[in-house]
Amino acid sequence: MIALDRLSLSIHGQPILRDVSLDIAPGEIFGLVGESGSGKSMTALALMGLLPTGAATTGRASLDGTDLLSLSEPALCRLRGNEIGMIFQEPMTALNPVQTIGAQVAETLTIHGKADATEARAIARDRLDRVGLKHIPMDRYPHELSGGQRQRVCIAAAIALHPRLLIADEPTTALDVTTQAQILDLLRDIVADEGMSLLLITHDLAVVADMADRIAVMQTGEIVETGPTKTVLARQDHPYTRALFAASSHQPDRATYPDPAPLLAVENVTRSYPGPRQGFRRSPPLHAVDGVSFALHEGESLGLVGESGCGKSTLTRAILGLDPIQGGAIRLNGTPVTPQMPRAARADIQVVFQDPYGSFNPRWRVERLIAEPFHLLPDPPRGGDRRDRVAEALTAVHLSPDDMHKYPHEFSGGQRQRIAIARALITRPKLLVLDEAVSALDVSVRARILDLLAELQGEFHLSYLFISHDLTVVRAITDRVLVMQSGKIVEEGATEAVFTAPTHPYTRTLLKAAPRLPDHIGGSHDTLV
Amino acid sequence: MLRYLLIRALSLSLSLIVASVVIFAVIEVIPGDPATYMLGLNATDETLAALRDELGLGGSALSRYFDWIGGMLTGDFGTSYTYRVPVAELVLDRLQVSLPLAAMALALSTLIAFPIGILAASNRGGVVDYGIMGATQLGIAIPNFWFAMLLVLLFAVTLQWFSAGGFPGWDNPFLALKSLTLPAIALALPQASILARVMRSALLETFSQDYMRTARAKGLSRGQAIRRHALRNALIPVLTIIGLQFSFLLAGAIIIENVFFLPGLGRLIFQGITQRDLIVVESVTMLLVFSVILVTFLVDITYALVDPRLRRR
Repeated sequence: MIALDRLSLSIHGQPILRDVSLDIAPGEIFGLVGESGSGKSMTALALMGLLPTGAATTGRASLDGTDLLSLSEPALCRLRGNEIGMIFQEPMTALNPVQTIGAQVAETLTIHGKADATEARAIARDRLDRVGLKHIPMDRYPHELSGGQRQRVCIAAAIALHPRLLIADEPTTALDVTTQAQILDLLRDIVADEGMSLLLITHDLAVVADMADRIAVMQTGEIVETGPTKTVLARQDHPYTRALFAASSHQPDRATYPDPAPLLAVENVTRSYPGPRQGFRRSPPLHAVDGVSFALHEGESLGLVGESGCGKSTLTRAILGLDPIQGGAIRLNGTPVTPQMPRAARADIQVVFQDPYGSFNPRWRVERLIAEPFHLLPDPPRGGDRRDRVAEALTAVHLSPDDMHKYPHEFSGGQRQRIAIARALITRPKLLVLDEAVSALDVSVRARILDLLAELQGEFHLSYLFISHDLTVVRAITDRVLVMQSGKIVEEGATEAVFTAPTHPYTRTLLKAAPRLPDHIGGSHDTLV
Repeated sequence: MLRYLLIRALSLSLSLIVASVVIFAVIEVIPGDPATYMLGLNATDETLAALRDELGLGGSALSRYFDWIGGMLTGDFGTSYTYRVPVAELVLDRLQVSLPLAAMALALSTLIAFPIGILAASNRGGVVDYGIMGATQLGIAIPNFWFAMLLVLLFAVTLQWFSAGGFPGWDNPFLALKSLTLPAIALALPQASILARVMRSALLETFSQDYMRTARAKGLSRGQAIRRHALRNALIPVLTIIGLQFSFLLAGAIIIENVFFLPGLGRLIFQGITQRDLIVVESVTMLLVFSVILVTFLVDITYALVDPRLRRR
């Protein structure tokens, strides 16, 4: 039905896609897998006729024989939303914040002249019910909905006219595992009910392994391997497919010897926020962290998993001494951790955040960025000493000491995350808090950063508190794991034990929701999660 | 929403109280004896005493403040020393010119700025965009009194379509509006230029938002996506500027009022200052502060109408 035939694309002369060919049959789920920059989103935008300015294409992209690339803009407008629907990665920002969800779903119908305003509202209601939003009134605004609910609204708008192809570009990447599982289930159902085809674009092999009938693996603008999902994943003919597969379930070599001495002690910590306003009164306070206790030992790597809103960020801020707590105590090496703690004590605990793009001042050179935590020290090194320490930190993360004269924009995402780690190491801390530190990285980059973290842990005898929603990663890098749900630790134990034999129902739900790569393939590694 | 309104209203009243205290202190308390200031160095003791009596300078500063506020609340703004008429009457008179003038200039500015701002944003980087950006740059750079004189030369002197100045009063609304047209155009030019630029950059900001991509994926054309989704989202910064511009236009038209011999509020306050008529200056200043704060309040309410996320606060 949809056929790409040797589609090539360049933007302002820069080649983006090369000879991309694929076919999607009616009712089929087709997975397009690749890392960022591989051209998978551009392939989708080419089908939609929504390529950025300066794009030049050769080859053919056809829908039932109509060449999409030669269609006029008005013809494309009639096609979009009508024959081909599309949903995107970020449900939080994909909807217009000043328009009700009902209006945004109904718009698909009215804009194509398929219904008058009243009919469109009725159909929109029906479509919202179909995507599982029966209980949500049409006059709600996007900000009143959760991420998963917003993605459902996007789906409702995309399928309002029963298109023949739905393109889903990383539809669940920004969502929690349980929400992700629900959205994927919904997509699968809808595709079956409506008999539409689905082009599922993702970086996550496990997602397509579960869903797709056929997949294509993309690397730097080319499809390197394609075929039925099972065959591709089992045979892994192309080296890149193998590399991608290995990286997805990468297990760094770690040799840790947990020291019995507790480094961080969290005792019965409570942090609550005033409840939301209801008119002039407030509802009861929200307990973001509710009586949490645990200990982290020297040289140990402890995982903290939970979904968004479970309180892990609040707990992290308290452990970093950024926010006050309302009850209990946090001690690092016996010293209380509070927002008023002495600067020198903060040097023992450093943090690496998720976004390698947002966490650096773009106008500073790497040397200044990495040396910044020195202000915590009572007697910071200066001049040549300081430069030596920065060089040492850069070497530790496998960057060149010469990189200290560059600016952050000269580095890739993975390299920036290395710089962030170097910055965290500069004060020679005992505890590194890794807050979703590898979540924004491609799988192959992520695998290398995990190796680096394992290596640094051995070298500097570091302790890690590894906070993530990504269970695969937590399983790969931690000794023990805490599972957090609505402010409480519901399960705690050795990582392997928790992952193989979870005792709490919530842990079981989480593990069940996580998409998995098939067991019998994947080389020598056991499949994770 | 009700809570939002009440908080805004409370902040409005507090601002008014603070402003009134500052104005009163600066004019009546800090300089020392207002009567000496008003009459100058050559005044005799008798005239000074007479003026003090007239101004009611007998009591303490506190009681005079409350007298002043109480008077204004009941519409008594005092009597102008130079004009010998109640200030309220003077102001009302002048507002008949200034209010319509400001409203016309603002309407013109918005009517010009919206379409050209949208046009520039939709043609970003193109000839039209560069043309509009160049023209608005010029519009901001040209002093409006000079532009006003050019307007007079062309439309009043050469073409004789409009009169060169003066205000005939509202007995004949057509003539009144006609006499305000050239000044309104002169006032609107720089305002429209600024507003068009704000409109353009606010729109460009929304173009890169994800919801615009969603709209296109639903089958909206570029123009439809701009009209239905980008415009309302771009309105918040634009409204802020419109609010500031109205406040400015109400009192800031002094030069234009002088060029066109219009008896407006700007001229009244200017004359009040040169003639050391403190009663006029004090009350008119307070009135202007009130109007600025009121406009800000209205803009705040409009924000909440435009953006549902604010209604929750």
